[in-house]
Amino acid sequence: MSRFLECDVAVIGGGLVGASIAFGLCRSGVRPLVLDGEDLDLRASRANFALVWVQGKGVGAPHYALWSRQSSLLWPQFAALLQDATGIDVALSQRGAFSFALSSAELDRWHTEMETIAGETAGAAAPYEILGHNELRDRLPAIGPDVVGAVYSPADGHVNSLRLLRALHAALKAGGADYRARHTVKGIEPLKAGFRLSGDWGTVVARRVVLAAGIGNETLAPKVGLDVPLKRSKGQVLVTEKCAPFFRFASATIRQTDEGGVMIGDSEESASTSIAARADINAVLAQRAIRTFPLLADVNVVRSWAGFRVKTLDGLPVYEESASHPGAFAVACHSGVTLAAGHALVLAPQIAAGALSPDLAVFDSRRFPRRSHVSQTA
Amino acid sequence: MFRRQHEPADPVRFTFDGQVIAAERGETVAVALLASGVRTVRTSVVGGEPRAPYCLMGVCFDCLVTVDGAQNRNGCLTVARDGMVVESQRGRRRVGAEAGA
Repeated sequence: MSRFLECDVAVIGGGLVGASIAFGLCRSGVRPLVLDGEDLDLRASRANFALVWVQGKGVGAPHYALWSRQSSLLWPQFAALLQDATGIDVALSQRGAFSFALSSAELDRWHTEMETIAGETAGAAAPYEILGHNELRDRLPAIGPDVVGAVYSPADGHVNSLRLLRALHAALKAGGADYRARHTVKGIEPLKAGFRLSGDWGTVVARRVVLAAGIGNETLAPKVGLDVPLKRSKGQVLVTEKCAPFFRFASATIRQTDEGGVMIGDSEESASTSIAARADINAVLAQRAIRTFPLLADVNVVRSWAGFRVKTLDGLPVYEESASHPGAFAVACHSGVTLAAGHALVLAPQIAAGALSPDLAVFDSRRFPRRSHVSQTA
Repeated sequence: MFRRQHEPADPVRFTFDGQVIAAERGETVAVALLASGVRTVRTSVVGGEPRAPYCLMGVCFDCLVTVDGAQNRNGCLTVARDGMVVESQRGRRRVGAEAGA
């Protein structure tokens, strides 16, 4: 993009978050410019576990529990819209999901958390059950003897998240968005009206800008008077050969994809910057999976990978319009799949209309300790 | 597609879906199948399309077969042995018992 360009709304980031918002903007009559980064950037959208997950989210933060719930309820509509727009089936399955506990301490902790969420939301959070080993085995005969019990919620599920990303990009093309790959934004200069965005590819002036650059938001946000402090969180996933269907629900750590592969997660390292997957962590993931479903013991793992979560300091999303630079919005969240429906169908129309509702504005970054560089660089 | 220029000098014999296949000692299952005129060793897991050995170096996974009951073995990485029972891999492998209703 060497020539000078102007646009109404520029979305920085073409992953699940940026693309979901851009899709919603198209539906709201705005044709956004989507500036995406390089293929080898850290991309949570190509590494994630693909859950549409509400269970256990929002302890001490009922607004997050309810927002996750709202998005999961919007998911069928969102998936249908994508199918209509692109013909792509993202394989949404919301048949319910388990969190398998391998110790009673784990189960007790989750039980307490679920009760806390139910209390804090006055019962408006998703329903759930706590199952002991025998009740669980009645529902899932293949469960291993080491599983002491599980949390089950009928509200949870999963999708094919790579197909979701493809569907969103196809929908952007069909909806008139201007998508630019390899357009990493390095500079954002606030103007009297709008923002000048720049990178090695050139510059563009946008009347409004949405920061949806995942981990990149941490460095971009201060340029428009926002602050999105993230903590490092690396996860690894194993994928097995494709198997005949054996587990039609989802779970926090094991799910069988629509095409048959079994995905096994989810580790967390808070100090590593290496993009490599560690064999010792893969071994722990595999061992826990086999304790959960012993029949997985002779199934071959064909791939593993590592990814970096977009994780805020408290794990909750950030939705904020800059007070010092109105028209600049920041969006950061860990759950780009779960919240995709909410981003497309609730958040994007608000951005198109020019202001966040109180429901979303409550997720602003002022809850974090203020860092000095924000005011200096803004 | 392929045919042998010479009959195996030191053959081993295994079966493929019941058909006796002669291989040169040290040859892989995939090569022996190709040399015997077998055109399809598996069907793809997503679309059910017929597949045959392709890369012959353990990368493409198009030569998957069931060997002595072990599913999804790479035929190109499995050396043929006398008495081996090889079966075509039809779609996705099966796992243990049904885990969920």
